[in-house]
Amino acid sequence: MNKNRYFGLFATTFSVSALTFGGGYVIVPLLKKKFVDEKGWLEEKEMLDITAIATSAPGVMAINTSILIGYRVGGVGGALVSMLGAALPPLIIMSIVGGLYDSFIDNTYVASALKGMQATVAALLADAVFSLSGNIVGGKDVMGTVIMVVVFAAAFFLNVNVVVLILSCAAIGLVRSFGNKKK
Amino acid sequence: MIYLELYWTFFQIGLLAIGGGYATLPMIKERVIIAQGWMTQAEFLDLLTLSQMTPGPIAINASTFTGFRVAGMLGAVVATLGCVSPACVIVTTLAYFYKKYQSLKRVQDMLSVMRPAAVGLIASAGAAIIIETLWPGGIVFDTSFITPDVFAVVIFILSFCALRFFKAPVIIVIITSGAVALAVYLIKGWLN
Repeated sequence: MNKNRYFGLFATTFSVSALTFGGGYVIVPLLKKKFVDEKGWLEEKEMLDITAIATSAPGVMAINTSILIGYRVGGVGGALVSMLGAALPPLIIMSIVGGLYDSFIDNTYVASALKGMQATVAALLADAVFSLSGNIVGGKDVMGTVIMVVVFAAAFFLNVNVVVLILSCAAIGLVRSFGNKKK
Repeated sequence: MIYLELYWTFFQIGLLAIGGGYATLPMIKERVIIAQGWMTQAEFLDLLTLSQMTPGPIAINASTFTGFRVAGMLGAVVATLGCVSPACVIVTTLAYFYKKYQSLKRVQDMLSVMRPAAVGLIASAGAAIIIETLWPGGIVFDTSFITPDVFAVVIFILSFCALRFFKAPVIIVIITSGAVALAVYLIKGWLN
């Protein structure tokens, strides 16, 4: 594990966190783009594993995914460095803005820049969903497509809790594994 | 001691914030406004607006904002540390188990169902954000479906092409579109 990797982890989680507005799953396609597509440090499959594991643990998505990626790339040290990278931008920006928030809230310049950035984040999500779902549908396992569609519908239309969904899928996976007996 | 109280309160929030995002809001509200009296309802609304205008998860923003208001810079740091502490321990442990057991057949079987679920969850969040961005007023199928926010649609399509077909670096695309949006706003101001 060289120093460059630690620096890469920190710099990436820091810049991604500084540009992620809104929280939750928004950070996942950004991290995927950086670590899977641009750097090649993770496989797409691992990124999805990490997303699933991060969902099932308590805490904030951005922090959880960063810790998991950091650990995968650089052990406990990597986890710590990534966590710091993800936590520092909101800490710094909120400390500055929190003091002078009256002038910030009514600032139309900030609002207009944000609007443009949000449109790009929406495009990024669309791009990620196209690629990821394409790989699931094109995969050998038909059940993958069924699970994906059902989970989407349950989360989007019925607002079912994400932890309930992800843990149910873990249970389905285990049941299916034991049902297949030993291969 | 105020720092310990801040740490402990946000430690609890970090520990109980399951599901993330806006699902955690009622709990933060209960802890910070009702249990501790650190903030008024109006300040909490300001916090929500600020959270939408600044990067970062709402739980972290709430920690920093409250810590700063109650006990200055050190308070902000302590509260934020409290919020990420539980995840630090729990998620690192999970990461350890994932690395150790990911190649086991049973674990692979389990993950093979969780992966498409993760895609479904990302798609659900994505759909919500895309709709909110392109139709800020919400979709009413008779009128506003045909009148989305034109400017947002243009940036959306250009960014999508840049990312998908030209593999442009994502950070640069985000910053560029922010700058373009600001420039357009300024030019509109001059013209009027």
